Amino acid sequence: MTDAPRLEFRHIGKTFPGVRALGDVSFAVRAGSVHGLLGENGAGKSTMMKILGGEYIPDEGEVAIDGQAMHFRKAADAIASGVAVIHQELQYVPELSVMENLLIGRLPTRFGLVDRRKALAWTREKLDALGVDLDPRARLKQLSIGQRQMVEIVKAILRDAKILALDEPTSSLSHRETEVLFRLVRDLRAQGKAMIYISHRLDEIFELCDAATIFRDGRKVADFDTLEGVTRDQLVQRMVGREISDIFGYRPREHGKVRLAVQGVTGRAVPAPVSFEVKAGEIVGFFGLVGAGRSEVMRVIYGADRRTAGTVQVDGESIKASHIRDSIQHGLVFCPEDRKEDGIIGVRSVAENINISARRNHLVAGLFVNDRNEAKVADTYIDRLRIRTPNRRQEIRLLSGGNQQKAVLSRWLAEKDLRVLIVDEPTRGIDVGAKNEIYNVLYELAERGVAVVVISSELPEVLGVSDRVVTMCRGRITAQFHRTEANEADVLAAALPEGASATPIRNT
Amino acid sequence: MTETNAAAIGAKQAETPDARRRAMFWRVVDDYSLIGIFIVLFGVLSATVQYFFSWDNIVGLALSVSQIGMVSCTMMFCLASRDFDLSVGSTVAFAGVCCAIVSNATGSVALGIAASLVAGALIGFVNGVVIAKLNINALITTLATMEIVRGLAFITSQGQAVGVTSEAFFTLGSAELFGLPVPVWVTLVCFVVFGILLNKTIYGRNTLAIGGNPDAARLAGVSVDRVRIAIFLIQGLVAALAGIILASRMTSGQPNAGQGFELNVISACVLGGVSLMGGRASISGVLVGVLIMGTVQNAMSLMNIDAFYQYLVRGTILLIAVLVDQLKNRRQSR
Repeated sequence: MTDAPRLEFRHIGKTFPGVRALGDVSFAVRAGSVHGLLGENGAGKSTMMKILGGEYIPDEGEVAIDGQAMHFRKAADAIASGVAVIHQELQYVPELSVMENLLIGRLPTRFGLVDRRKALAWTREKLDALGVDLDPRARLKQLSIGQRQMVEIVKAILRDAKILALDEPTSSLSHRETEVLFRLVRDLRAQGKAMIYISHRLDEIFELCDAATIFRDGRKVADFDTLEGVTRDQLVQRMVGREISDIFGYRPREHGKVRLAVQGVTGRAVPAPVSFEVKAGEIVGFFGLVGAGRSEVMRVIYGADRRTAGTVQVDGESIKASHIRDSIQHGLVFCPEDRKEDGIIGVRSVAENINISARRNHLVAGLFVNDRNEAKVADTYIDRLRIRTPNRRQEIRLLSGGNQQKAVLSRWLAEKDLRVLIVDEPTRGIDVGAKNEIYNVLYELAERGVAVVVISSELPEVLGVSDRVVTMCRGRITAQFHRTEANEADVLAAALPEGASATPIRNT
Repeated sequence: MTETNAAAIGAKQAETPDARRRAMFWRVVDDYSLIGIFIVLFGVLSATVQYFFSWDNIVGLALSVSQIGMVSCTMMFCLASRDFDLSVGSTVAFAGVCCAIVSNATGSVALGIAASLVAGALIGFVNGVVIAKLNINALITTLATMEIVRGLAFITSQGQAVGVTSEAFFTLGSAELFGLPVPVWVTLVCFVVFGILLNKTIYGRNTLAIGGNPDAARLAGVSVDRVRIAIFLIQGLVAALAGIILASRMTSGQPNAGQGFELNVISACVLGGVSLMGGRASISGVLVGVLIMGTVQNAMSLMNIDAFYQYLVRGTILLIAVLVDQLKNRRQSR
């Protein structure tokens, strides 16, 4: 028995054309521990994981397992050495069942045909042993993202991985799924696996990790052998390199009269009529579990999905049903939840993405796009929102998530008569620094008199930025809380299915 | 705050002068490679192929690609919006036949031209509505209309070339203006008009946005369906125009004209750097794509290369063009 840690990174360096992704990074992970990796987007965490997984070959340094230097040339080398890296983008076959995904490449056969019964029994046994509740016959595409993630982890365990790295596993998980995942991670720790855990959520790091390493701009800035006695602020400060005492930085402000009035709205995915109001200058947070129907309601209000009944009014003027352009004309705009799918136009430039809607107000001779003005607008927002991009002509897909989000926000800020802004999960997958900047944009808008609706599944965020919190559960609004009376326990209780009827509706 | 920002950006862009020079080099290669290839090709052919570099031959070359050129302009929009149109070849044939029949029946060339333009626009409109509103795959829809319209061309002409009696009609394809034949002028106008449409109007920018990400474009307030229908309608209109000019040059409307035309047009666009994944297109690229296709064809004819081999060469060029495009994309996404 040597004293060598299970996994060790030694002076790792990696350079991409034009970018120094990692420089002289060393840290070690003990067997039977969970090691947190923290850092803003683009700090180098994911590059490190790709090196661990054999996808990238480091330019300098080496990865050592049990004190022995490894030189992975491809992903298969890492797998053969007992390393399993589970990326944010999962790799599975959606059309196949859980069982087939787990046994891919080694299904038991009988007379040359797949022995389904044997495979099924084997899969059941393994899943039971791990305490994972999944139907082996379910197709992956029928499962929730969380369940698919579970399949990936089980797959890694079944390959006898002794080193397991999870890259932001909870970013799209529900509360319950997160709990199951945590239990599994703790079990694996007890079994002596060495684990790396990447997350933007500091509570998770504190809850799960034994040690932590912080990255910034491709370098290691801090190592914590233990997280005992370490505060949240200390971590944040090291990550961002500056002091953010309160990442929400809430600023109180006056509210005007009602700007957005939603009355009895229904749609295909909104069976029960929904009504609420938002005042000028007010920020209303919509909280609920994943699938509570918040996004669905907002999409109907915006006109992205069909509205079957009810009215939506902005400053007393009715908005046409299911008509996005009419909403925009009235200054009612929406930033969707899934940036990549619904928000950005990846192959187009940052400037295009910013100007796509507002350009109609700046045409030359009523027909031609005003390029000079658009360049000015783009540069203004790149500067004001600190969008990190080499220039406005850069294709937006090459930017980090936070910067893409800022560009999508800029698209609506550029509208000359913005009145109602609805943002759906504005900070998902975004680092702390960018979050703070996005919150500030929301405050500025509210101060200008815009009515702001924020959908978020992160309770601290909802409580941190909202003047008023509205909870939803199963497609209905279940409660409202004024900022001063909102606390985690009550809001959560109102958002949970069991508590739905028990919680009285409080008006502000 | 600003300070750390600057530091972060600095780290990201800490490029050595060498790397920056290399990036610059590739950008120039990306932007001008096609034009460079065409110039080299043109130079080599001028020096080596007899009769290639003469005014008459150049004009002939331009005339030979004029139909493909016109329709390439609209096909560029179609591909840029991530759609596809296979029906243009049939529309060219049907428009020619339609023009000839109506001209003969009414004795008015103008009526004949108007009738086939309307027919072309209608074909495009049907394509657009089926694709945008009924959500049917563009490849399948236009494959179907390709067959249907070709059938209509044969039925209305009873399978025969329809000769046009009016002399006035022929001038359309053969008259010259400032030393260039009318079809070449029409094509040039198409390139200018569609170039401006693509780069300078909301219609063009929205076309590219739809091709880049239709869902995001819709949520950003783009009338996706309306733009897509317009793209197909205009495409039908221009294909009909090409058909009329072709009929005029051939002095008759022929139901089997324009076979494989749609693939030549798409080839020219792809050669010109238009992405089949949508969202990327440039009018200068398409122009050069059309010219490369025409030049190679012309040179091979001048060199007396058997027509059978021309297919081989055209296919090879297309394959190389797509490969180069692929390599370009791979480098850009690192």
